[in-house]
Amino acid sequence: MNVEALYQDIILDHYKHPRGRQLLADPAGESHQVNPTCGDEVTVQVGLDSDGHLLVGYEGQGCSISQASASVMSELVAGFDPAQGDDARRAFVELMHSKGAAEPDEDVLGDAVAFVGVAKYPARIKCALLPWMALQDAEAKAGIGIAQEGTSTS
Amino acid sequence: MLQPIDVDRIRKDFPILQRTVRDNRPLVYLDSGATSQKPMAVLDAERAFYETSNAGVHRGAHQLAEEATDAYEGARATIAGFVGAQPAELVFTKNATESLNLAAYAFSNATAKAVHAPDSVDRRFVLSPGDSIVVTQMEHHANLVPWQEACAKTGATLRWIGLTDEGRLDLEALDSVIDETTRVVSVVHQSNILGTINPVQAIMGRAHEVGALGVVDACQSIPHMPVDVHDLGADLVAWSGHKMLGPTGIGLLWGRSEVLQAMPPFVSGGSMIETVFMEHSTYAEPPKRFEAGTPMVAQSVGLAAAVRYLDDLGMDAVAAHEHDLTGYALGQLEELRGVRIIGPRDNVDRGSAVSFVVDGLHPHDVGQFLDDKGVAVRVGHHCAWPTCRRFGVPATTRISPYIYNDRADIDIAMEGIMAAQKFFGV
Ligand SMILES: Cc1ncc(COP(=O)(O)O)c(C=O)c1O
Repeated sequence: MNVEALYQDIILDHYKHPRGRQLLADPAGESHQVNPTCGDEVTVQVGLDSDGHLLVGYEGQGCSISQASASVMSELVAGFDPAQGDDARRAFVELMHSKGAAEPDEDVLGDAVAFVGVAKYPARIKCALLPWMALQDAEAKAGIGIAQEGTSTS
Repeated sequence: MLQPIDVDRIRKDFPILQRTVRDNRPLVYLDSGATSQKPMAVLDAERAFYETSNAGVHRGAHQLAEEATDAYEGARATIAGFVGAQPAELVFTKNATESLNLAAYAFSNATAKAVHAPDSVDRRFVLSPGDSIVVTQMEHHANLVPWQEACAKTGATLRWIGLTDEGRLDLEALDSVIDETTRVVSVVHQSNILGTINPVQAIMGRAHEVGALGVVDACQSIPHMPVDVHDLGADLVAWSGHKMLGPTGIGLLWGRSEVLQAMPPFVSGGSMIETVFMEHSTYAEPPKRFEAGTPMVAQSVGLAAAVRYLDDLGMDAVAAHEHDLTGYALGQLEELRGVRIIGPRDNVDRGSAVSFVVDGLHPHDVGQFLDDKGVAVRVGHHCAWPTCRRFGVPATTRISPYIYNDRADIDIAMEGIMAAQKFFGV
């Protein structure tokens, strides 16, 4: 395991060219998360479009892992219905806690599979999870996906 | 004649420096500002204590209890001697954070007691709205948050001495920030993030001029240079054992005995009392008044061994060695494209903690590439978040060399920075 395996091309690409990095015009919920050990910050906003699909906006500052993770996440879950978004989040959290042993499912996680190497660096897991925690919190504040949360066991 | 530091010989004394990290790279430990590594002598001393003399101290009528008490009080004397103090003026705590809390709580506890039992407290520790507490903009959170708390409990106002762009204290503001309202001034001797060594004597002098008490956070100075606590001109001085080759779990608070005498207890319970009745208790003299519960005996023995180790090297030699490494590191960093030093760039009144940022790279990513080369550094805000804000950076990368580092270690760190720049294409 070396550092190049941590920073896969997808991560670098999202870091240098973040996708959808802007806030929503009319968010239903917002969450600002900070990693107090290093100062990484991300704000995630959510809403639902007229079809009940997720709208996601974000901004932030921090290391490549946290900012690329926000970009990958927003690109992945925007347009999902809330239950699908939850599945992706659970899969990502599981991947981060896999110590690098997991075989991530690209159908569920899309580009987020590239973060598999992060799981081997405990100090960086928090960076990768930061936007996902913000997403969860923003949804809770917006009252999105509460029914699913209630029945979940994770 | 100064005996120069022999890094090769010293390294042999530190078992951890023999190990490798990440794909068999030799460990290059440049994070001593966070915590130092421990020589065999310290590990042996703790182990020997447990193997031969372990018992409760200051109680028990048996031989082991006597030996343990001797070991504990002997350690106190050794450590006190190292900083020019009397043993009775030296309080053992858990770490510098606890030492600083002990100082801050003296104020909030005395203020609370003054409401119901005004005669039981020394007025110097009683705060009220209109009073001010002064710190600086380069404090570690350990010397900032406890004072914010003291203000919140008493209505006093927190003020601070600001910083220049070079990372020095803005001393022109000294006389206006510290004024007749000021009751306590608490400043860091050497900044853990900027490396700046502050003129604490002058600041303590100004504090005393207005009748305020003076506190110094010497966490990053006592491990790295000769310090006589009396020379600092302070009333209280706090530092940690683990940054000076000692074990974790032990910190120090030195106080002028008259000031310690006047302070109310912090943590209360066993060992810190004189007499106890159901209705009330009276308290032991310092330092015991501030050492409630079973103390850290083995750690004190380990720290005494650390102090002897440093004494054998000579703190002048330690300071000279670090001064050389600091100058070298500053010069090498200046040579690198896109690197900005956060803190003084001249090697004057400056210690070995060197922080920097790399254009286009977050410190976490820089740290990861250093780690890949076996180099351990700290990244983040270094528990000095307001200081980072002052310089407009979210975080920095910090190298903090010590007695077991040499110029080759700095060179490897520079290679790591360049590797990160190359990889990210900045
Ligand atoms: C300047 C300074 N003050 C206070 C502290 C707190 O020390 P400790 O964590 O040992 O309590 C540190 C350690 O990081 C420090 O560098």
